[in-house]
Amino acid sequence: MAQEHKQPRKGSEVEETTEATAETDAAERKDALDNEVDDLLDEIDDVLESNAEEFVKSFIQKGGQ
Amino acid sequence: MSVRRVMGTEVEYGISVTGNPKANPMVASSQVVNAYASATLKARRARWDFEEESPLRDARGFDMSRATADPSQLTDEDLGLANVILTNGARLYVDHAHPEYSTPEVTTPLDIVRWDKAGEQVMLDAQRRAALLPGGAPIVLYKNNTDGKGSSYGAHENYLMRRKTPFADIVKHLIPFFVSRQVVCGAGRVGIGQDGREAGFQISQRSDFFEVEVGLETTLKRPIINTRDEPHADPDVYRRLHVIIGDANMAEISTYLKVGTTSLVLAMIEDRFLTRDLTVEGSVQALRAVSHDPTLKHEVTLRDGRRLTAVQLQLEYLDLAKKYVEDRMGADADPQTVDVLARWESVLDRLERDPMSLSGELDWVAKWRLLEQYRQRDGLGWEDAKLQLIDYQYSDIRPEKGLYHKLVKAGRIERLLDDASVERAMHEPPTDTRAYFRGQCLERYPSSVAAASWDSVILDLAGRESLQRIPTLDPLRGTQRHVGALLDRCRTAEELFAELTH
Repeated sequence: MAQEHKQPRKGSEVEETTEATAETDAAERKDALDNEVDDLLDEIDDVLESNAEEFVKSFIQKGGQ
Repeated sequence: MSVRRVMGTEVEYGISVTGNPKANPMVASSQVVNAYASATLKARRARWDFEEESPLRDARGFDMSRATADPSQLTDEDLGLANVILTNGARLYVDHAHPEYSTPEVTTPLDIVRWDKAGEQVMLDAQRRAALLPGGAPIVLYKNNTDGKGSSYGAHENYLMRRKTPFADIVKHLIPFFVSRQVVCGAGRVGIGQDGREAGFQISQRSDFFEVEVGLETTLKRPIINTRDEPHADPDVYRRLHVIIGDANMAEISTYLKVGTTSLVLAMIEDRFLTRDLTVEGSVQALRAVSHDPTLKHEVTLRDGRRLTAVQLQLEYLDLAKKYVEDRMGADADPQTVDVLARWESVLDRLERDPMSLSGELDWVAKWRLLEQYRQRDGLGWEDAKLQLIDYQYSDIRPEKGLYHKLVKAGRIERLLDDASVERAMHEPPTDTRAYFRGQCLERYPSSVAAASWDSVILDLAGRESLQRIPTLDPLRGTQRHVGALLDRCRTAEELFAELTH
């Protein structure tokens, strides 16, 4: 009897711990991702054509097929 | 029965001359093509042979008269614009006011990706070489389809189909597929409406430019189904389906799925496997409405009264395609067909749950995500010029400037091929179509090839006054298996011609 009770309880404990770890992981991952996004955008800032308005205005194409 | 068939793509690139927005784009396009031709072609420059072209032939069975055609439809007259054939079997030329690259004929979706990407590298090489010419201007090319001010230029796909398939079946089953496939292969666009007058983001570059369901035109009143019928092959056996509705893709998975899924749907049409009527009410309006809703919630109405999202409509085709492949090939299905089906299913499944999760695979999502990140960081509204700039610059083909390239470099976008394989395809033809014969003739006998086209190679031979035309009407002959040994033992074009005609 005691044995039978123990098994599921142990299982749920393990689950709780895993969930808690998963949450921390997710938060850490999100921070890491945010930093990565910032880095990526910084890198893209460096190559973006400098005067967006002027560039957009002068990007004129003839129609094709 | 599979994703395999003879096919190819043709892409018109956007062109701008840095610091000179008024520069003549025809001149700049010619400079690009000529710079590449001069630097890479070994001897004489083989010209394009227009003899077999018939751009006014309509798939519905009649010819448009030349007098009533718009001048832009007369593509078969040699206007003296730059037009060359490359050793990889491709065609590099000026079409209207854009440099254009047509891939050689290939037989698989992955080979489309390979030779389409090789075309980007050819264009990159060409623009760099053009800048080095005396008086050469810095020219930048964009693999996109609109300037956001009312002009559009194409990225076409070509599929060889059986002539006996009724054209009405193609029209009926392909329109709903084309209305919906943009959720997989759209390239993303900032601006709504042909001239972008409304601020916002939409899925496709091209959707706002389509005005009718079926027609012969490609430059005005663009049709969802184009009826141009120049098979460049035996017209009694084949038709060439000229698809003009697609976007130019940077992402390899977008191109792969665009061509792979379309080829499968065409196989089902040819085998009369599609019995479900998926006709969409008001398809032209539906096409635009789907494009205008990147959240993918818009529902189109089917003739049978059902309302489906574009993803659900694609799932209908996927379901049929899975049954078709299982029914016709079972466990014998080739690996690429199996792979296309699996990726298509995975992509649609994730698009249903969380479109943003596809930012590492599909162009429109990659672009959308980047734009949303900028909007969030800088608090930008959709009318901000910076977002429009990001849209253009995503398709800048220079690795040091192009944002697609930056995302790939940062590991944000998956690829299917490596650089070495793409670079080889800049020079080497596919081995399993007639492009092999064409490309190898140019590689081996450059000074003897006077002209070539999809269905001929024309030789100028010592000791003969007239040019000798070798027809290559069957796209699946002239492969490495057919002519590899022959080419290996012929040191000259004269020897080759003698062997072919003895």
